[in-house]
Amino acid sequence: MPKWFTPAAAICGLMFAVAPVLIANAPYESTMGLVQKIFYVHLPSAWMFLLAAIICGVASVRFLFRGDPRQDRLAWAAAELVVLFGVVTLVTGPLWARKAWGVWWQWDVRLTASLMGWMVAVAYLLLRRYGGPGSDKLAAGLALFGMANVPFVYISVNYWRTIHPTTNVVPTLPASFGLPLWFSAVTFLLLFVLLLRVRVRLEEQRARLDALYLSMDA
Amino acid sequence: MFARVVWLILRKDFTVEVRSLEIAYTTLFFAISCVLVFAFALVQEGRAPEGGAAGILWIAIAFAGTLALGRTFERERQSETLRALLLAPAARPAVYVGKLLGIVALLTAAEIVLVPLVALLFQAPLLGRPFWLAVILLTGTVGFAAVGTLFAAMLVRARSRDVLLPVLLYPITVPVIIAGVRATAALLQPEVDAGIIRFWLALLVCFDVVFVTLALWTFEPLMTD
Repeated sequence: MPKWFTPAAAICGLMFAVAPVLIANAPYESTMGLVQKIFYVHLPSAWMFLLAAIICGVASVRFLFRGDPRQDRLAWAAAELVVLFGVVTLVTGPLWARKAWGVWWQWDVRLTASLMGWMVAVAYLLLRRYGGPGSDKLAAGLALFGMANVPFVYISVNYWRTIHPTTNVVPTLPASFGLPLWFSAVTFLLLFVLLLRVRVRLEEQRARLDALYLSMDA
Repeated sequence: MFARVVWLILRKDFTVEVRSLEIAYTTLFFAISCVLVFAFALVQEGRAPEGGAAGILWIAIAFAGTLALGRTFERERQSETLRALLLAPAARPAVYVGKLLGIVALLTAAEIVLVPLVALLFQAPLLGRPFWLAVILLTGTVGFAAVGTLFAAMLVRARSRDVLLPVLLYPITVPVIIAGVRATAALLQPEVDAGIIRFWLALLVCFDVVFVTLALWTFEPLMTD
């Protein structure tokens, strides 16, 4: 593990301990009240969800055209984080929606596109797990299509008339709401980087182990 | 040169298929059984559920399409002809386009049977505006087949490919299916709103462009060992 890992993990843990205090002290939103506080978890995890999908796609393209196995390991690790942060997003979203919109789920463009992006990541992992030899390239192709979905998720709310809040909300946020949000976002980003590093390392060790086995046979 | 390779591959697939008609018959029968299962499940006391026809038509196309895609490439795998095809001194994208057109032609044939069947069983005025329906079906089929051809070709070498094809294909093509269903449903309304149809058609064309471009771009590296 790199030297920065342990201190970064400690800082991340500390920030996760402080974040609830900041969120609790943030003012209540006038119409939604307490339930609006899910926002501080929902939005950062959704950002990480999209970030992971982009990393997975970009790494896959580089693997596909340059054949660098490190990019492949990065793509695999990122795909698992798409699924993880996707679950957080897709669970916190309906919890909020139940209070704010009165329904758990709505077949709105952004919700549908997010669910599809999450399903593509699950399909990616299934392919890696059960596809057998050669599935790394196939999975890279799939990840590329998954990445094409990301801008669609992001811009969809601005072009369709949907009930999901648009991307204009964050830049116009007053500081009392913005501070806990950005703190939470940085916390999630740190967690994201740490998890990605751990997962890539696991794949590196596996690759080294495979190489050792092969050299023993030879 | 490109067009010639596309044409040769299309003609080869057509010749092979005409000899046995295996894929055409099985796909068609499967699509018809699919619609019948929906009819048994959903039509009660002679009354079809409102607005169900568009969805059922597209589900039948998607299911039959998956089957046809799997079979088309299984045939190439069994006799190792896909390898021969890739060894040929022809541009890989041309091979892809040839295969894609073959699948689109097959699915179009299936749709010619499916549309009247769904119209009959679900009492939907599907044939009221044949031109618009044909445009919607064609753009939707191209989008679905563009991804399907790429993935089916990739999966030829993978383990458990039969299960993996739908698993990979459906999440990616759901936008196409949604747009196709919405456009078809708009066509079935008593008062057709041309704006809505045009909107979903534009979306379908966008998906077609994105999917075909991505597939042409990645077919070469994906099919190289």
